[in-house]
Amino acid sequence: MSTEAVKVRRSTKSSYVGLAVMGIVVVILATGPYTFMTKGTQQSMVILFTFIVLGTMWNLLAGYAGMVSIGQQAYIGLGAYGLVYLSNILGINPFVAIPIAVVISGLISIPISFLAFRLAGGYFAIGTWVIAEVVKLVITQFKVLGAGAGISLTEFPKDASTRIALIYWMSLAAVVIAVAVTYFIMRSRLGLGFTAIRDDSVAASSLGVSVTRSKRIVYVIASMGAGLGGAMIAANALRVQPDGVFSVTLTAQMIFIVVIGGMGTIEGPIIGAIVFFSLQQWLSDLGAWYLVILGVVAVIIVLFLPKGLWGLISGSGRIRLFPTGYRVMSKPSDMSLIKESS
Amino acid sequence: MEWINAIIQGCLLGGLYALLAAGLSLMFGVMRIVNLAHGVLAITAAYIAWVLVQHTPIPPFATLIVVVPVMAAVGYVLQRGLLNRALDQGSLAPILVTFGLAIVITNLLQEIFTVDNRSIQIGALETDSIRISSDLAIGIFPLITFVVGIVVIVGLQLFLSRTRTGRAMRATSDDRDAAVLMGINNRQLYAIAAAIALGIVGVAGVFLGMRTQFNPGFGDVMLIFAFEAVIIGGLGSLWGTLAGGMILGVAQVVGAQAFPAYGVLFGHLVFLLVLVVRPQGLIPKAVNS
Amino acid sequence: MSLLTVDAIDVGYGDFQALYELSAQVREGETLAIVGANGAGKSTLLKAIAGLLEPTAGSITFDGKSLSRVPAHQRVRRGISLTPEGRRIFASLTTEENLLVGAYRANPGPWNLSRIYASFPLLNDRKDRLGTNMSGGEQQMTAIARSLMSNPKLLLLDEVSLGLAPVIVSQIYAALPSITAEGTTVLVVEQDVNQAMRVADRMQCLLEGRTVLEGVPSSLSRESLAQAYFGI
Repeated sequence: MSTEAVKVRRSTKSSYVGLAVMGIVVVILATGPYTFMTKGTQQSMVILFTFIVLGTMWNLLAGYAGMVSIGQQAYIGLGAYGLVYLSNILGINPFVAIPIAVVISGLISIPISFLAFRLAGGYFAIGTWVIAEVVKLVITQFKVLGAGAGISLTEFPKDASTRIALIYWMSLAAVVIAVAVTYFIMRSRLGLGFTAIRDDSVAASSLGVSVTRSKRIVYVIASMGAGLGGAMIAANALRVQPDGVFSVTLTAQMIFIVVIGGMGTIEGPIIGAIVFFSLQQWLSDLGAWYLVILGVVAVIIVLFLPKGLWGLISGSGRIRLFPTGYRVMSKPSDMSLIKESS
Repeated sequence: MEWINAIIQGCLLGGLYALLAAGLSLMFGVMRIVNLAHGVLAITAAYIAWVLVQHTPIPPFATLIVVVPVMAAVGYVLQRGLLNRALDQGSLAPILVTFGLAIVITNLLQEIFTVDNRSIQIGALETDSIRISSDLAIGIFPLITFVVGIVVIVGLQLFLSRTRTGRAMRATSDDRDAAVLMGINNRQLYAIAAAIALGIVGVAGVFLGMRTQFNPGFGDVMLIFAFEAVIIGGLGSLWGTLAGGMILGVAQVVGAQAFPAYGVLFGHLVFLLVLVVRPQGLIPKAVNS
Repeated sequence: MSLLTVDAIDVGYGDFQALYELSAQVREGETLAIVGANGAGKSTLLKAIAGLLEPTAGSITFDGKSLSRVPAHQRVRRGISLTPEGRRIFASLTTEENLLVGAYRANPGPWNLSRIYASFPLLNDRKDRLGTNMSGGEQQMTAIARSLMSNPKLLLLDEVSLGLAPVIVSQIYAALPSITAEGTTVLVVEQDVNQAMRVADRMQCLLEGRTVLEGVPSSLSRESLAQAYFGI
């Protein structure tokens, strides 16, 4: 039996290449407003970035932690209205207000989690929706937030080029942060705990993995991410409407993005967002058929292609651009612990 | 006096909610599926009845003869074709699939019927009432709905406790693999349960369509009410679902009486209160399965 | 006449192989005991016969017909009934309801409710008690009776002694003669070798997925059994 220490590696060759490529892409995108992007393109890219953020965060909740929420629109709305309140009413610089709105979404999600966690599975899903409806009903009571009619954001820079570029960079930063946060969570002990919980939550619990606390942490972070998405939506449109930001259609879109891209991987939602974004132009001409198609495709993928497009491309996990697993680097013969019977 | 009236109305409304929730409760009880398309399927039944009433001489109540078997067949096919497969794919799949289904059906209904409100006319029956006293009256149609709700729940309960298939469903719910060893084909059984659940949804949908105006978006609301009734009453108990429906109905009607236009919100708040104070519901299932 | 023929089956769980080219035969009317330590593959064998696991190689023939690709729920109708490890009583059903579910796919035969209550009077006393409210021994008796309700030709008993006091185990095995008297063929899986020897016509000992010893109980010595059981 070999007495060498067993080596454990976290990254593969493909992941180093992948991360380097990602880095280059981000740098190129950052120069966009100076170089090749018109104002219209920048605004479209912000929409793409919003999808990536929302998808990544929903995936963190459902794909990793196994909690399917159809009520994340509560926090999207809170993020948007938080931005409205902090900048319009309290006069805070909107770019400073956005992180504050994100934190507020997170803080509100804590008491809500105590309610929602009383339920599980499909009932948890509906419960989060009910809560989202209640949040919407409460927020739309306030005249100062525009009530049912919606409200415009007034504190952003008046010069269109500056404003749009600043929002663009802010959104790009949001994507990097959202993906980085998700990546580091899943590489951490918390992420390992979730893999254990997913496999067998009773066993995981008996090993000291605090299932509820881990779930709550992820729920709060995912809610902050949704809040960030909401702030991005508000900033890009300069207007917030309750039926827009509190709509369950946003959840339908998030689910589609994650499912088509590949649940449970970091690469998945990014790919899903790009696919969805590309289809959006064509889809939005179709009226209600757009959602019909979305729904049908999502159902088909869940049933027949559960690992999504990224699963297809990566050969079911052999290529990992964002490696979160562990690979034991030893030859099989070194691992033999059973003596050959004499 | 109007408060007594409100409470009575709320109770009767609860009968409709119980009718609506029974199918949801059954599907979860037998196969652990929370059917997120449940509400919109009820609306679909309402539309089928509406189409029949608009284009054929069939009287409103008689549409049940068509709607219930059609919905039962839909349930059977849905379970065998989609949901059994989803069950094989893990615990997230049924939620995602039924949610996708809800989106698809809602928007199909929108394409076919537009978002205009529809309703099934029942003429004088809509407002006829029985006078109890000078300021107390009970609507006949709500009363009929309530009675139908009770009959369905009792019938379902008897089916589950007294029949061979019902027993098989309870056994499968307790321990699916052991049930297989008894010779029970659970794929078939699940399909039958889904057929029954959706048949009941069909009844609920028709009565819903007769009671109120509806449009495709109503499905969301119906799902939420059915869900709240089930949770308030306690998972795993049909009587609980009935009680839960009545409590929700009373909360909504009394709430609307006190704060007009806030009835539904009041119902939500009562639901959340139950979730905080007694999450297992009124009549929790005695046995952990 | 061989009722059940297991012919060189390989059975595994994912990457883990539990049975290696395992063979076994049970003649009509006889009681075969399969013994072995934990993890030897005994329960795996029963699950393969009952249809809960599909062999990756080899075949199983019952009553002259192949069981290949026959789903578990159909094997009951063919005459195979497994009393699973751990009893697996339906917790929210009463004793009587458990028995009735056992008859879901009943074949014609001598076993019905009144016959069961006559042979197992304890169950008659407990007939309205919920599954969860019974002791281990009562649950085991109910589980076996439940399997009998389908009037199987082949009764598979998986570790009925597990977790029960020896006194209870003896009581349960005391009921075996009334089962075999009807001509039912029984395949017993046991960790308790002594108990198995007392009821078996033939015995087979498994170790790590292979047969290491077989024969008539009287011809098997203590030492050879111990060696086979522990793999020494």
